[in-house]
Amino acid sequence: MNIYSLLQIVLFMVVLLALAKPLGSFMAKVYQGERTFLDRVLGPVERFIYRISGIDPKEEMDWKVYAIAMLTFNVLGLFFVYALQRLQGVLPLNPQGLGAVSADSSWNTAVSFASNTNWQGYGGEVTMSYLTQMLGLSVQNFVSAAAGMAVLVAFIRGIVRHTTKSIGNFWVDLTRSTLYILLPLSIVLALALVSQGVVQTFSEYKTVNGLQSSAEQNLPLGPAASQIAIKQLGTNGGGFFNVNSAHPFENPTPFSNFLEMLAILIIPAALCYTFGVMVGDTRQGWTLLIVMTIIFVALLSVAVWSEQGGNPAFAAMGIDQTQTNINPGGNMEGKEVRFGIVNSALWATATTAASNGSVNSMHDSYMPLGGLVPMWLMQLGEIIYGGVGSGLYGMLAFVIIAVFVSGLMVGRTPEYLGKKIEAYEMKMASIMILIPVFVVLTGTAVALMSEAGRATIYNPSTHGFSEVLYAFSSAGNNNGSAFAGLGANTPFYNTILGFAMLIARYWLAIPALAIAGSLASKKKVPAGAGTLPTHTPLFIAWLIGVIVIVGALSFLPALALGPIVEHLMVFK
Amino acid sequence: MTIQTKKQTSHRREMYQRAVVESFIKLNPRLMVRNPVMFVVEVGSVLTTVLWIQALFGQGEAPTGFIGTIALWLWFTVLFANFSEAIAEGRGKAQAESLRKARQDTPAKKLRGTATDVQGAISKTEVVSSTTLRKDDLYLVEAGDILPADGEIEAGIASVDESAVTGESAPVVREAGGDRSAVTGGTRLLSDWLIIRVSADPGQGFLDRMISMVEGAKRQKTPNEIALNILLAGFTIIFLIVCATLLPYSIYSVDATGQGTPITITVLIALLVCLIPTTIGGLLSAIGIAGMDRMIQRNVIAMSGRAVEAAGDVDVLLLDKTGTITLGNRQAVEFIPVNGVSAKDLAEAAQLASLADETPEGRSIVVLAKEKFGLRGQTMGASEKAPHGMQFVPFTAQTRMSGVDYNGTSIRKGASDTMTALIQSAGNVVASDLKLTVDSIARTGGTPLVVTRNAQALGVIHLKDIVKGGMKERFAQLRKMGIKTVMITGDNPLTAAAIAAEAGVDDFLAQATPENKLKLIREYQTGGRLVAMTGDGTNDAPALAQADVAVAMNTGTQPAREAANMVDLDSNPTKLIEIVEIGKQLLMTRGALTTFSLANDVSKYFAIIPAAFASTYPILNTLNIMQLATPQSAILSAVIFNALIIIALIPLALRGVPYRAVGAAQLLRDNLLIYGLGGLLVPFIGIKLIDMLLVALGLS
Repeated sequence: MNIYSLLQIVLFMVVLLALAKPLGSFMAKVYQGERTFLDRVLGPVERFIYRISGIDPKEEMDWKVYAIAMLTFNVLGLFFVYALQRLQGVLPLNPQGLGAVSADSSWNTAVSFASNTNWQGYGGEVTMSYLTQMLGLSVQNFVSAAAGMAVLVAFIRGIVRHTTKSIGNFWVDLTRSTLYILLPLSIVLALALVSQGVVQTFSEYKTVNGLQSSAEQNLPLGPAASQIAIKQLGTNGGGFFNVNSAHPFENPTPFSNFLEMLAILIIPAALCYTFGVMVGDTRQGWTLLIVMTIIFVALLSVAVWSEQGGNPAFAAMGIDQTQTNINPGGNMEGKEVRFGIVNSALWATATTAASNGSVNSMHDSYMPLGGLVPMWLMQLGEIIYGGVGSGLYGMLAFVIIAVFVSGLMVGRTPEYLGKKIEAYEMKMASIMILIPVFVVLTGTAVALMSEAGRATIYNPSTHGFSEVLYAFSSAGNNNGSAFAGLGANTPFYNTILGFAMLIARYWLAIPALAIAGSLASKKKVPAGAGTLPTHTPLFIAWLIGVIVIVGALSFLPALALGPIVEHLMVFK
Repeated sequence: MTIQTKKQTSHRREMYQRAVVESFIKLNPRLMVRNPVMFVVEVGSVLTTVLWIQALFGQGEAPTGFIGTIALWLWFTVLFANFSEAIAEGRGKAQAESLRKARQDTPAKKLRGTATDVQGAISKTEVVSSTTLRKDDLYLVEAGDILPADGEIEAGIASVDESAVTGESAPVVREAGGDRSAVTGGTRLLSDWLIIRVSADPGQGFLDRMISMVEGAKRQKTPNEIALNILLAGFTIIFLIVCATLLPYSIYSVDATGQGTPITITVLIALLVCLIPTTIGGLLSAIGIAGMDRMIQRNVIAMSGRAVEAAGDVDVLLLDKTGTITLGNRQAVEFIPVNGVSAKDLAEAAQLASLADETPEGRSIVVLAKEKFGLRGQTMGASEKAPHGMQFVPFTAQTRMSGVDYNGTSIRKGASDTMTALIQSAGNVVASDLKLTVDSIARTGGTPLVVTRNAQALGVIHLKDIVKGGMKERFAQLRKMGIKTVMITGDNPLTAAAIAAEAGVDDFLAQATPENKLKLIREYQTGGRLVAMTGDGTNDAPALAQADVAVAMNTGTQPAREAANMVDLDSNPTKLIEIVEIGKQLLMTRGALTTFSLANDVSKYFAIIPAAFASTYPILNTLNIMQLATPQSAILSAVIFNALIIIALIPLALRGVPYRAVGAAQLLRDNLLIYGLGGLLVPFIGIKLIDMLLVALGLS
């Protein structure tokens, strides 16, 4: 790795962390109902939305009502997207005349977009009409992200409030997340992307003559920029085109690539600061951000090192893999030349650290350890930045476990930010950690044991095992990125992965809300000398230890049979 | 000495023998299911045993010896865990045994009707068995009798030997009314007689509750134990999923590579047992019982495990001033003359006035005068022994002063307002510096006592509450632990503030009444704090009932003991500090062993994973960083280590992780280093050593 590679990583991290504070404090204002500079424009819009939908923004909900509101909203969204896909053939804005999507694929996609996973079993340009993309998928990109943020905000309120039942109003949190945060950021990003050459049009696909051959080539187009902006910002990841952000119309230049990578992590990272502001101690927010960043940088280093190191098989074929000023070197299979090793590995790490899942290179072609990094980041539970909102409430489940064990070690009933952690919180936090492990491991087992599951493994070997494990790690943690190499658009995978995404999203969000409700009803314990401080380097180290050990203990045996043994065989 | 030791040894051996038997009895699945972690191990043991039997008939999935050894060590794992619990219970049982001896059926002199004196009572008694006594019955006890039941004294005063309950051989005085009116069944009357109203039906008495507590018969899981159990169950489920799915993964891998055989059920069960947190799961209940036991060793009876646990969380400690913080009596520390009188003159007059004063204050005046000026007050205690002409005037509520008259001289001492009135009524002028001196003493929290001769002020005696030695250090220690100390006193705010400052407590409640005590506790609790307090009087009962940790003195009244959730048999109010430490130790031990248990798993993966897939992926042997001899010895070593570590940690579970009064951050750092890092490294060494031993014994 040379100095330029290093500089790119440093630049990215510095810009990301520098933006966390301003954006984070802005979001805190939005959620605490304070005035922002957008009020003048968006205030009337917000009030209009409440009026026409009959919402009293002052009404407070307890956690059960909040959860029911969230579920109802998502179920309706799910049915709407399903119906739209099935009926797109007879609906407008379909210049290519694409027909109805199959039932199993529609189900999979509807769940996928409602649950903020954006796993794509289909290829966008040959499957979805413009109307489906815009009214179905783009809308879900916004609201599924906003729903995740709403749950997080309710969770934070549970910590902040005391001796009350109410944790906020779901409709208000949903509206404000979309209107004040996601929408303005998307508009800015979409315009910036258009400036780089990302397409945004309603015209039909263009047929042009290729450069290298006289053969005609069909160039798919569409309203891509607007959808790409939100797919990155809302940790959705569902590409407009099949190859996602490797496609030159989705991600044309190194600068657009930088912006899109930044967009993946910016909201989850800034939410840590929002958390700190809202609980009244920004150190608590920084602590979580530092924990995420340390794990991120460590795993990023493994990925870059592994990819830059090259493939012994290529070396045996006499291919030069040394890095020079004109040759990126390393394992370039499946990577775009305009991005090179570092920006591909950085994207792969970021997209799986956050539950984004968009790709600008093909993870299936990574070296075994380079592929292990994205896979393990998902298996950690999508908490290293994680999905917007969902990442932080997932992280807080780990914090609860870490606080519980370390609190015992200092001889007190464990407490976090003044709230005692007792049996009920442990039950819910255990569920939140248990569910993804259950979904990923049993899903993989079912696929490997069934005829239908094995049928579409294109590399039936150790690598094939990794492909299936990756698919379930992705769906079972609402990431949505694909390793590829697995034919997933089959009734079997569409159905089972659909259920995986459904369970992973809601069986985490509901316990998170339950914890919020339970914490809100408790008394606040003032901190004293006997209270375990949760912002010290020691606690940071401990929390990292808990996350890594729980992640390793849960997945090491599976990883040993996949990427680890593959690595050992490649480098024999 | 040697006999004692021998007796102890044989006693201990008996306890171990009983614990071994208990370990097997506890294998009953209906008991095991209460502990999900160990229940899984037991199911695993049964399964491997079935596999072993199958292997005996030549149908084995692996060598018979291997399956048999695994099965054997899994059984050991369960038995070791049961043994730890049985040992912890055994220690309590021994204690209960001696208590039970005191609770034997004793004859009771039950009264028909009521009586207020011994003559009246004797004529109405009938002798019945103690088991027939019911609540509110009256009975009579006379010198030498064993008290048949708990009760409140209706009439009489007597000395009682309570050593059966407290272990303290010095007799205590018990009398009707006041704060020393409760008696405990099983104790013995040494002198006089008492008429007692029974306060508990048979089997519900204090001793009965104590026995059931120490035996752990009524032991219920405490809130924190439940929360930890949930976490452990969560991990157990995760590892169940991990191990169960390994079988299909292994089958697929064998299919895909075309070599080796799938992982055996025996190895999967071995892996599962190694991964689930058996160390903490096995020792959890022993830790809880041992915590109660440590309380008992310090002569504190906790009425529930919940109270012991809450003790660790206490952040406000309410302490009575008198007897806890101060010695209990004010003492003279200085003579300050006024009006040009010499200090020696004042001291002499003060000593004379106090010669017959038997109160601790009066005695301290005599002693101070002797120490400061070498004045030897003649050893005259009572007025009849007074020298010729001396007439002592005792303190009465009406005059509110005391003193002596001799040779026409009248010396008086008393509170400043009384004495000022005396001086003025005699037509004398109150010396100008008297009021100044009195005020300055009062400001520092002392009590000024004015001395007059013939209604002329001589000076002031400074009486002061003496703070017990070492209190300041203890409070500083508590502050480091994050515990706020609040002094409760009936004194006025000025006096209270001065003593509070001297003793180093964080806050005080002056002019305390039962109502404002209760209010103070409620205020702290609303603020989210956990309050502990001690008390002995009936007027403490409401506050005791409200406090989270309430320690009643054993010498206290029945209502106080009923309201508290702990009883201190030594009646030592500073015991609260030790109680807090025991509570903290309890939680720390759980946390430390949980961390240790989970950290252990890392090494077990390095032992078992390469071994489990050796036939499919021999290259995974790269992960065998411990260089364990064979796949079988690797798995066996991990299982054996997992079982032995439970035995090795029993002493720690019973003793508890030591607690030091340092801040939370430092405690965490130290414990993480020992139990986290230690937990990561120790099994690497342990497993390797066991593997080497297996090789040496030719068992690999």
